[in-house]
Amino acid sequence: MSPLVSIQGLSVAFNGVPVLRGVDIALGKGEALGLVGESGSGKSVTWLAALGLLPRHARVSGSVRLDGRELLGAPATELDRVRGGRVAMIFQDPASALNPVLTIRKQLCEALALHRDLQGEAVKAEAKRLLDLVGIPDAARRLSAYPHEFSGGQVQRIMIAMALAGNPDVLIADEPTTALDATIQAQILELLSTIRREMSMAMVLISHDLGVVAENCDRVAVMYAGRIVEQAPSNQLFADPVHPYAQGLIGALPPLDGPRRRLTAIPGTVPDPAHMPGGCAFAPRCALAEEACGLGAPSLAPIANDRTVACIRAEASRRALLGIAAE
Amino acid sequence: MSPPLVEVSGISRSYAMRSGMFGRSTAVHAVDGVSLAIAKGETLGLVGESGSGKSTTGRIVLGLEPPDRGEVRFDGKPMATPGTAAWRAQRARMQMIFQDPLGALDRRLPVATQIREPLDIHGLGSSAEREDRVRELLRAVELTPAHGARYPGALSGGQRQRIVLARALATKPDFLVCDEPVSALDVSIQAQVVNLLCDLQVQLSLTLLFISHDLRVVRQISNVVAVMYLGRIVEIGSADDLFARPEHPYTQALVSASPAPGRRSAGRIVLAGDPPNPAARPQGCAFHPRCPRAIARCASEVPVLSAVGGDRQVACHLVTGPRVERRDAA
Repeated sequence: MSPLVSIQGLSVAFNGVPVLRGVDIALGKGEALGLVGESGSGKSVTWLAALGLLPRHARVSGSVRLDGRELLGAPATELDRVRGGRVAMIFQDPASALNPVLTIRKQLCEALALHRDLQGEAVKAEAKRLLDLVGIPDAARRLSAYPHEFSGGQVQRIMIAMALAGNPDVLIADEPTTALDATIQAQILELLSTIRREMSMAMVLISHDLGVVAENCDRVAVMYAGRIVEQAPSNQLFADPVHPYAQGLIGALPPLDGPRRRLTAIPGTVPDPAHMPGGCAFAPRCALAEEACGLGAPSLAPIANDRTVACIRAEASRRALLGIAAE
Repeated sequence: MSPPLVEVSGISRSYAMRSGMFGRSTAVHAVDGVSLAIAKGETLGLVGESGSGKSTTGRIVLGLEPPDRGEVRFDGKPMATPGTAAWRAQRARMQMIFQDPLGALDRRLPVATQIREPLDIHGLGSSAEREDRVRELLRAVELTPAHGARYPGALSGGQRQRIVLARALATKPDFLVCDEPVSALDVSIQAQVVNLLCDLQVQLSLTLLFISHDLRVVRQISNVVAVMYLGRIVEIGSADDLFARPEHPYTQALVSASPAPGRRSAGRIVLAGDPPNPAARPQGCAFHPRCPRAIARCASEVPVLSAVGGDRQVACHLVTGPRVERRDAA
């Protein structure tokens, strides 16, 4: 089956400083893919670049295909049909994504008019249906309210409703619950997974929170310094991470039950994109690093069914993994 | 157990809020009858969602804000009147760390100068001794004197938070209030700072009030945890036990809402509704409109925090007596 979205060798540089250094992602129909990594790892830039949403001074190269059609360098008219239509995006800060001086109806209807062939009453009916769908109580009356009249969780629901206006095939959710309280986060994540199932929509969930990604995605890609370092089905990644960085991220997470242990912090900090170390970008912080790690950047290589890792020191654990799989 | 270093009894604080330009002003009860005791060398974790009053509690405990009612005692004595010499001496023994290290640092001063400032203010040691102390503090937070010469803008988020920590420790305080100290940091850096805080606490026998919305971090660092909802403590108990066996329906929802790798969301308690507005506090138990187990009594009668066995205290009509009578089948 050919993937719905296929990103190959995507690279981005701002003012000559590379921030994305060759990213490959394949997203299947209806699949939920998680993208984790720390700030500056390129999780958001990947999708902003794919949709042509980066400022003009960003140099983007590589290939992004949606159903086989190239999006990079595509004419604006074609991109306009893709963005918000086939691929929708929601962001961390929902309050700043809505216009404070327009009613919710006006903003929802605008999205509907752009992406659907609906007129007059049909638009309003559809707007109400969307608000009902995302669980805003008393939708008919609330349509004439302004953004400030809703709570943070409700505003994120409205953003989801707007994203659904074009009946997208893919929803890119960039830290959709980071600004929300824990109990509201649980509500929004449940809403997203229900909608995804009902509309058989693919979803890319970008988050720094490993728990959020683990619970809501089929497959997870871990990013570090502008590259994907490990990719695996989420249950396998969290049970048995192979890349030292992925291991470090999971070890750094305090457990919520069982005995307390000292956290295994990753020493040092993320490298400055302008002064990237030669070879593997993680090597300066890696406990397993050897001389060869500084020579060339490792590329993603398969280690098992549906699992890839970019680490030359993963060889040992890779053999062990394949050995277990063969038995 | 040693006597408590910090004892908070029945503190309340409300603010006047006006709705609209000509609206009637209403009282918002940010903190309502909170009592806590923190033993010497221990950490009390305070968790809750935004608007639960956890930060206001921290500010009152530090004396940054007077309580409307109730009292804070530090080392057995009531807090001194602000501005007096006694207050100054007391304040040197208690310090604070906030979430945003960049906002807490002056961008135009080298960080070593900022670490030295509390020593200058409280007149501690000679000039040479102060220099030595700054170097010692930088070492304590695992930084070098070279870092001290830099400006905040030239440091990473984790390094900045270490500088804020070093500055807070300059006066050798006994008590530290940490308000979301690691929430703005990435996971791997967060672990570094949490480990450092744990180490320093043991080395310097610090007493901590650790405020955070992150249950994992709170559990990692706390001996005792208090859960707040709309200005009141709804449950308090020892950290491991509280997260393993939460009794209050709100704590149960909070623990269940915390995502865990390797667990799919099946069986999660998802609360309906939004956290209510502190200005429109529901009658009875403030949690009852969202509570999946609420009964008629919850809407009219405010539950009081009472012991339910062990060191656990819960404010809920449905959780009473020793823990054998628990109603949930979990």
